[in-house]
Amino acid sequence: MKKSVLFGALTVTGLAAGATQAATLDDVKERGELNCGVVTGLAGFGAPDANGVWEGFDVSVCRAVAAAVLGDPTAVNFVPTTGQTRFTALASGEIDMLARNTTWTFSRDTDLKFDFAGVNYYDGQGFIVPTELGVSSAKDLDGATVCIQTGTTTELNLADFFRNNNISYEPVPVETNAEAQQQYLAGACDAYTTDASGLAATRATFENPGDHVILPEIISKEPLGPLVRHGDNEWGDIVRWTLNALIAAEEFGVTSANVNELASAPGTNPEVNRLLGTEGELGAMIGLENDWAKRAIAAGGNYGEIFEKNIGENTPIGLARGLNAQWTNGGLIYAPPFR
Amino acid sequence: MTTTSDVPKAGFRPSQLIYDTRYRSLTIQVIAFIALMLGLSWLVSNTIANLSALGKDFDFGFLGQRAGYDINQRLIDYDSGSTHGRAALVGILNTLLVAVLGCTLATILGVLAGVLRLSKNWIVAKLMAVYVEGFRNIPLLLWILLIFALMTESTPQPRDFREGGGASMIFGDSVAITNRGVFIPAPHWGAGAGILLAVFLLSLVAIWAWRRHAHKVQEQTGRILPIGWGTLGLLILPTALAFLVLSATMGRERQPVYVTGAEAQMSLADYAAGPGAQGMNVCAVPGSTEALNLRRLMRSNEARFNLVAVEDNAAAIAAAEAGRCNIMSLPGSVDPATLPAGALALSDDIARGLPVEFERPVLGGFNFEGGLQLRNSLIALWLALSLYTGAFIAENVRGGILAVSKGQTEAAYALGIKPSRTMRLVILPQALRVIIPPMISQYLNLTKNSSLAIAVGYMDVRSTLGGITINQTGKELEGMLLLGLFYLVTSLVISSAMNLYNSRVKLKER
Ligand SMILES: N[C@@H](CCC(=O)N[C@@H](CS)C(=O)NCC(=O)O)C(=O)O
Repeated sequence: MKKSVLFGALTVTGLAAGATQAATLDDVKERGELNCGVVTGLAGFGAPDANGVWEGFDVSVCRAVAAAVLGDPTAVNFVPTTGQTRFTALASGEIDMLARNTTWTFSRDTDLKFDFAGVNYYDGQGFIVPTELGVSSAKDLDGATVCIQTGTTTELNLADFFRNNNISYEPVPVETNAEAQQQYLAGACDAYTTDASGLAATRATFENPGDHVILPEIISKEPLGPLVRHGDNEWGDIVRWTLNALIAAEEFGVTSANVNELASAPGTNPEVNRLLGTEGELGAMIGLENDWAKRAIAAGGNYGEIFEKNIGENTPIGLARGLNAQWTNGGLIYAPPFR
Repeated sequence: MTTTSDVPKAGFRPSQLIYDTRYRSLTIQVIAFIALMLGLSWLVSNTIANLSALGKDFDFGFLGQRAGYDINQRLIDYDSGSTHGRAALVGILNTLLVAVLGCTLATILGVLAGVLRLSKNWIVAKLMAVYVEGFRNIPLLLWILLIFALMTESTPQPRDFREGGGASMIFGDSVAITNRGVFIPAPHWGAGAGILLAVFLLSLVAIWAWRRHAHKVQEQTGRILPIGWGTLGLLILPTALAFLVLSATMGRERQPVYVTGAEAQMSLADYAAGPGAQGMNVCAVPGSTEALNLRRLMRSNEARFNLVAVEDNAAAIAAAEAGRCNIMSLPGSVDPATLPAGALALSDDIARGLPVEFERPVLGGFNFEGGLQLRNSLIALWLALSLYTGAFIAENVRGGILAVSKGQTEAAYALGIKPSRTMRLVILPQALRVIIPPMISQYLNLTKNSSLAIAVGYMDVRSTLGGITINQTGKELEGMLLLGLFYLVTSLVISSAMNLYNSRVKLKER
């Protein structure tokens, strides 16, 4: 009898532990802070500035979610993660969401038990080499030493690419982008491979960016986006629709400059009204206040503003919108309707 | 009988469990045991509940799945198509490699530094003190990173070895120190290598017999035979002699190079320009002198080719039949009937090769090719682990020596025994029994500390199984359990082996 009481108690504790993990929204509200997993440092995507304040393209997603949920874009605890530690950090509940150029793949979504909230950057894997080597195609890299971040999809793509082309290479595994950069610049590897956006961001921090070329081959599809643990659908919805709100805001011309004015009274476009909470009850449907999207947009601007400010053509990183233009401009960035 | 009436004679009261010292310790142990079990079962059930809440199952099936990643340092065959289990094995071997190398070097360094720290020479003693304190008091990770950074930042890149690059190879162009590692000549085994190995093993046996014999003679007659010279001679002479004889006989033999799709008695250069121009695939046994000499021939003709690795001559023929290669070299003794259809001998032939030949590394496209690459990650990890652990061992050794009474030395000197012999025959044997037990912990430490390998990108078991595999499959719990099990088993094996040794050298008291 005693035994069954004991086991009963244990089961309840276990279930309770499981249950508390499921309600991420309540946890975040109670904590008053969002734990957001980011990179250890990648210019333009996520890195602390001179004052130690995190900023970047991925960081802005964290800030938008914090603004939507808590009303304060600065209420974020940024947790730097490497390619290897990020999934454990998310699965174990150390972070509430991961916004760290992470590729949406089948096995991560299903087997690793995560849910991707969408795509905030359509990317592909590329190579960077010193111009001096005179290499013009990735297929010329036979026998080269290649730096590669461990625990990434790029590691697997690299193996497949060289295998398919029947050429050999020597992988040099590194943990962070900073380490890869140091090894690459010291010439300990001939080439560095990762997402093309990451290459551009890394090259922008080189002393002589002109001495390095990004090879034309893009060897994979890397749709990058924020993700959450599988199983807490309410929380997943919040992250997903916050990202969609940023994207829709760009489509409808809602910017950080005019969002307060547009949200003060219902306008002519009913979808904008619903988005900004001047019409309908969309906020209540995801357990947030009705001005959640307004707050998310006010945090750092709409998707286009975030892009231009952090990685756009007028920044040192200088990425063109390309695939990441709005669908109305021939890109793939597309938010489902707010209704 | 009446006077002791207040002493309870029989009957056990529960309060005795607490107040009676005879039972109290038992009570405490039982309670502690129950608490421990409760704690454990809580942990297990909590884990199970949380795993199922996450929708994860607990199984080791992932070990059989395709790994998909490449590993640079492999002691066994492995490619990205192999399984996670095999990747783990590659990692395990890499861990064991650095542990064995590390323990060996750490012991040498530690014994040297420990003995020298007691030297009468002030400078030597102080230098050793600086070494010990310097390495003992700075975290190991820092040393690993420091040595690695030194080796990548202060050495030239392979391309600096080109004409005018400013760097050059050492030891007669046979060793290249680069920021990717040290390239040294690699041994290739040719005909007669087996005989050579047998001779070498036999001479080891002979050395053992000789030393036994010398000891016996010394005990019986007091005559001291030249143990050192005898050992050295036995170690080198028979093997060297066998090498010379084998080279003079088998090594001279030449063997034809067969190609398919050529005309009879074509030269390699013509073949490369003609039928071979669309692609030359060479079937060869990796690591054999035949492969080496064939490659040399190809290189001297500036022919570009792919190497198709095969197991032996029969496999080479089969691979050629299957169209996987069009060039191979076979001994003249191979029955012509078994040759692949359409294969003809070229006018060029190759030497069969000496029993063992060394291939020097040469600068290829991006890297040095041929030769053996000792990667910087291995060297940095090895040196850092050895230097760090060596500092601790030095202290154990010093303590062990100091534990032997000074009278022993004086007695030995009084008998006219030389100082070096005194150390070797009188002091160290007695000191060993103090030195060995803490040494076991140092070996265990070194082995476990090797899991810092990932800091320099060394692919040990922590980086393969405990790193990439866990990351790709999401099997943290299973992976970490296996990893823990591996370190546990390794540690137990090391400590039981050392304990065996300890009981052999321990002072036999009469
Ligand atoms: N998209 C790939 C690779 C992601 C990745 O690791 N990217 C690198 C370079 S773009 C990075 O973010 N490094 C930053 C860091 O080291 O913290 C994946 O999800 O596996």
